[in-house]
Amino acid sequence: MREEKPTVYPYIPNSVPTVKNQMLKEVGAKSVEDFYEDIPEKLRLKEKMNLPKPLLSECSLRRHIEKILSKNKTCQEYLNFLGAGCWQHYVPAICDEVNQRGEFLTAYAGEPYDDHGRFQALFEYASMMGELLNMDVVNVPTYDWLQAAATSIRMASRITRRREVLVSRTVSADKLSKIRDYCKPEIEVKLLDYDSETGQLDPNSLKAEISSKTAAVYFENPSYLGFIETHGDEISKIAHDHGAICIVGVDPISLGILAPPIEYGLDIVCGDLQPLGMHMQFGGGHAGFIATRDEENYVMEYPSRLFGIAPTSVEGEYGFGDVAYERTSFALREEGKEFVGTATALWGITAGVYLALMGPQGMREIGEIIMQRSHYAMLQMSKIKGVKCPIFQSTHFKEFVVNFDGTGKTVAQVNKALLTRKIFGGKDLTEEFPELGNSALYCVTEVHTKDDIDRLADALKEEVE
Amino acid sequence: MEDITKKRYTDGKPKLRRFHQARWDEPIIFELSREGERGILILEVEDEIKNEVGKVLSTIPENMRRKQPLRLPEISQPRVLRHYVRLSQETLGTDLNIDVGQGTCTMKYSPKVNEQLVRVPQMTEIHPLQDEETVQGILEVLYNFEQILKEISGMDQFSLQPGAGSQAIYANASIIRAHHEARGEADQRNEIITTIFSHPSNAACAKTAGFKVITLYPDEDGYPDLEALKVAVSRRTAGLMTTNPEDTGIFSPNIEEFVKVVHEVGGLCSYDQANANGILGITRAKDAGFDLCHFNLHKTFSAPHGCGGPAVGAIGVTEELAKFLPVPVIEFDGTRYHLNYDRPESIGKVRSFYGVAPVILKAYAWVMSLGAEGLREVAEIAVLNNNYLLKKMLEIRGVSAPYAKGKRRIEQVRYSWERLTKDTGVHSEEVGLRAADFGVHYWTSHHPWVVPEPCTLEPTESYSKADLDEYIEILRHVSEEAYANPRLVKTAPHNSTIHKIDHAPLDDPSQWAMTWRAYRKKVGKETG
Amino acid sequence: MDKSVFYQSVKRKLGLIVNPIAGIGGRVGLKGSDGEEVQKRALELGAVPQSLNRAVQALERVTSLKDDLEIITYPSEMGEDAAKECDFDPIVVGSIKEGKTTAKDTKNAAKEMLHLGVDLLLFAGGDGTARDIYDAIGDRMLVLGIPAGVKIHSAVFAVNPISAGDLTVLYLRGKCGIREAEIMDVDEEALRRGFVSAKLYGYLRIPFEKRLVQGLKTPSGGGEREAMEAIACEVTDRMEDDYLYIIGPGTTTRAITSKLGVNKTLIGVDVVLNGKLVGTDVNEAQLLKLLKKRDAKIIITPIGGQGYIFGRGNQQISPEVIKKVGRENIIVVATPEKINSLRGRPLLVDTGDRTVDKMLSGFIRVITGYNEHVIYKVSY
Repeated sequence: MREEKPTVYPYIPNSVPTVKNQMLKEVGAKSVEDFYEDIPEKLRLKEKMNLPKPLLSECSLRRHIEKILSKNKTCQEYLNFLGAGCWQHYVPAICDEVNQRGEFLTAYAGEPYDDHGRFQALFEYASMMGELLNMDVVNVPTYDWLQAAATSIRMASRITRRREVLVSRTVSADKLSKIRDYCKPEIEVKLLDYDSETGQLDPNSLKAEISSKTAAVYFENPSYLGFIETHGDEISKIAHDHGAICIVGVDPISLGILAPPIEYGLDIVCGDLQPLGMHMQFGGGHAGFIATRDEENYVMEYPSRLFGIAPTSVEGEYGFGDVAYERTSFALREEGKEFVGTATALWGITAGVYLALMGPQGMREIGEIIMQRSHYAMLQMSKIKGVKCPIFQSTHFKEFVVNFDGTGKTVAQVNKALLTRKIFGGKDLTEEFPELGNSALYCVTEVHTKDDIDRLADALKEEVE
Repeated sequence: MEDITKKRYTDGKPKLRRFHQARWDEPIIFELSREGERGILILEVEDEIKNEVGKVLSTIPENMRRKQPLRLPEISQPRVLRHYVRLSQETLGTDLNIDVGQGTCTMKYSPKVNEQLVRVPQMTEIHPLQDEETVQGILEVLYNFEQILKEISGMDQFSLQPGAGSQAIYANASIIRAHHEARGEADQRNEIITTIFSHPSNAACAKTAGFKVITLYPDEDGYPDLEALKVAVSRRTAGLMTTNPEDTGIFSPNIEEFVKVVHEVGGLCSYDQANANGILGITRAKDAGFDLCHFNLHKTFSAPHGCGGPAVGAIGVTEELAKFLPVPVIEFDGTRYHLNYDRPESIGKVRSFYGVAPVILKAYAWVMSLGAEGLREVAEIAVLNNNYLLKKMLEIRGVSAPYAKGKRRIEQVRYSWERLTKDTGVHSEEVGLRAADFGVHYWTSHHPWVVPEPCTLEPTESYSKADLDEYIEILRHVSEEAYANPRLVKTAPHNSTIHKIDHAPLDDPSQWAMTWRAYRKKVGKETG
Repeated sequence: MDKSVFYQSVKRKLGLIVNPIAGIGGRVGLKGSDGEEVQKRALELGAVPQSLNRAVQALERVTSLKDDLEIITYPSEMGEDAAKECDFDPIVVGSIKEGKTTAKDTKNAAKEMLHLGVDLLLFAGGDGTARDIYDAIGDRMLVLGIPAGVKIHSAVFAVNPISAGDLTVLYLRGKCGIREAEIMDVDEEALRRGFVSAKLYGYLRIPFEKRLVQGLKTPSGGGEREAMEAIACEVTDRMEDDYLYIIGPGTTTRAITSKLGVNKTLIGVDVVLNGKLVGTDVNEAQLLKLLKKRDAKIIITPIGGQGYIFGRGNQQISPEVIKKVGRENIIVVATPEKINSLRGRPLLVDTGDRTVDKMLSGFIRVITGYNEHVIYKVSY
């Protein structure tokens, strides 16, 4: 039963009763009930849905949301050293400005004519990533790194027509979980050991596990545990000797100072765009990229859209469109070319803006700055009694593992204590990597000042010594 | 002073807009590069740090150091901004146009207040691994929204983790597989049934999840064919994955029978609710017997489309299947919200962390501003708008609405321009490109084109009667042009940012280029 | 703004053959137009040749490419008239006796155009004209039919003349794929006596439109060739030992035998056992003999434009054979494009035996790809 005075909703222009009635008349319907004639009576909801009372005024809505959100403690109020898949980097104002533009924010699937700007922005993002990676093909981004890694592995499987992947043991549990679920229909996942001193993927483990059944080898650089993998050349050589494809997951913000993986023989490169201009957003700023060489057998296996440049009927005009839209499968036995749909295009555009602002100098500087800060942090923390930092004898980028075994305290205890001092300590790895004992994964980026790091070191010192 | 207003109307109707899209002839960003320009400077490192750590770059093993110069463009800040603002002007977002032409996408108004609410530090500057005590606010939003979806769908538990509709369908297929595995029937049950008018992701995701896909064609009236389903089911059936109403805007009246038939052979039923906009508060997944469902928060629930994401595909399941949901699940004990990872039978991770929180927050805010009655109004007006549009569309020369003749539709319709094409040789895509000359979008159909010369329109509740009249007027005008001067329509668009694209290079491996560097190489201008 | 875009700047050559008597019987109620007798009768009844009009309708769509195109055609009623009526300035080859043209003229014209290297041969006619062209040049040239016959059974024709013209333009602009299409041989005498008897005659290559599918959120799955290969994988993966596989004619079924490494006759029925050919272009008797010793499965695909899975081009698989094999052992294969081209019409059967037709009708599983099936209606 409708109420006496129907509400006119600001978001629903035709909720004005006179307009509604006029339209009903024009359509020849007595009421909106007519339109639902195909829905059996039995399936019709008889009562009103039991939902919270509406906040009809914008003011009350705003207050409600702000009140709830005020219960959150931000990484501006607290000092944050968490990483592990989501990282705190500085987001330039222009990045937010561009992804707030109503046109970009609300566009979707228009043609390369009416949405030419969207196509160009995404082509430029792919192009700039291409420069970062020294690769000629980059996809319109997928959901996140988990999906990019999983898809890269399935692409490799299709290309090689093999059904086994060898994955480095130092990837996150989340990533492994996703890879296992996504590969389940087709591909067996085997883990490769790492050197307990350096953390590095053990090439002997690879040699032992690899066979003619191996479609791909997957590792990350820097590793999930923060160190830079140095055996890339050897790993890719072993893979290629066995006809397998070599896949690496990278941190794009490190590529101003680290070598593009193609230089050490990598075939497919994937990773997360979040560091390039996306706020953390509780894990909502992720986007996964996949890049390969410009070879037909690789291009044909991308499930994503690929935007290419094309001429138009007017000289000097840039046009864009989908490349190889009718993508054929070279390995027809594969269970489909996966799927594609809405993913994370706006973040792709934002990453492009970030790279354009930073330029080559900025990317070089930020890599060095991050390392300077993280190395400083490692030095300070290693001075604390009972703390071993970093546990791996390798060069680290922005993350590193800290071990608390010598302090007699668990990571949980340490982090609780840090919390009282308004510090978010590193991610507790005790369950994820039990062989590392009471260890935590700390992340230090360009946003952490000397004072911030000193504050952390002091707090830890007080807590454990 | 003359009355300008009078000249803007003919017979009381506003004249068509003399729209022209922005055309900036904007270079590719690399062409804007000027050596030495900087777009932003980074927080400097303190001397004490530098002194203590020394030359960090030399600690990187030689073979891992970047040696080749990085060839990103060098552009100062205002020039970067100008470039992107121009590109955005060349994009026809929903904010700008009567976006009823992107059928199945549910292009409704994304309230700006919600946009502002998610850009505060309490949403942007929170890390997903922070101690739960410090993120009770956002956990409350996620939890509350799950409860809302439970009420809307009738399902027992939700996960907001999947990153869009397709990922949600894949997750549901994974859950179906896990269910049968737990019963030792996974090997036996390797078939998933879907319909040709369901969203193609239903077939694609099922196939990716390792299932054999059986597609049903509709009966003569365009309804999913129950008799065909009966032939399709067997002990090998793992489940049914279907969109309802389908992309034709037709609600399957037999949907309950469909579910019964599949249940009888031991299969599960998953409801793709991408097309939920017309049935909110009208009918629910659970009542038709479905075991799983999913919603697109960036469609029905108003979160903006963002050029193609970020997005959320919320999945809902019955109590029996809840144990398989992706991990973690959000729980509430009366005072605190808590993330529970102790789910041994979960299918694992579908996406990083817990879902795209800002999108969920926008969806939550939208529902909170409307309430149960508001959602009902959304559905009713969406359906009224659609049937109004249907009536007017059928008055246009050359248009037909195949199937379910004379019957009402739910929230969208797939039209056919077959008659127009027969009479004039003008194809549906060409009509669409000419419509773009008046500032609107237009979408044909998913592949394959079962309906010939298709055009799928979905007005949603966001457009006024005047907006719909304008859209109709545009299509009517283009139709008339097709009959009188087909060449004009076939060579459209004329008022767009660019002219007719030559697609040939995009299918030719020796010519295609997905990055600027690839392009420069292929046109022979590679330097160094 | 009307600039045409071309791959090459060289002038393309379009061949044009009009069969002046095609379809002449139709308007006056005669079924078909073969034979001088029928033609005489038709003209007596006041029939007016339709093919000229049809050819003109098609050519009018091509006039925008006039400057970049050379039309090569035969004299007066066999194409020159049609071309000139559209303001083309055609190159006219060959010679005919006006008003007394025969199939031989069609064949000569086709041969001549092959010799001159035309890019596409447009012809206005019916099934008979298609067969004549096939007889003359096989599938060595790309062709497209402008329908002007009475009832067309062959799949080498465009839907209508306007469509033929548009397709020609698209092809000349490089926007078409190429596929093989069936030519049927319908016994017109039988047709006049009230029943259809169609044999598969051969295959010609025709252009088809690669529709620019737009507004996409999901890519399409691949072209025809790839779809056929996927189907071939699906079928061969599941083939069982010691079963005879009776494989009907068609390009999709040929993809299956190719996968097995076996040479299939394009228009005949072949039999395979354990991956080897044990029967080539067999007739009903030979099939029945083979069936005495072993169980069998039948693999068939719709032939021709109307979607017949039995009764057009594979009558060797007779009602007897079908009954012996059993409905559950019939495997139907078809690409998704083929299913969609039916536009919702059911697949058809016409075995000649009503009980068998009834048994076959209802719903049937069709293999449309790897791990992809469709449930489709079959009617009689």
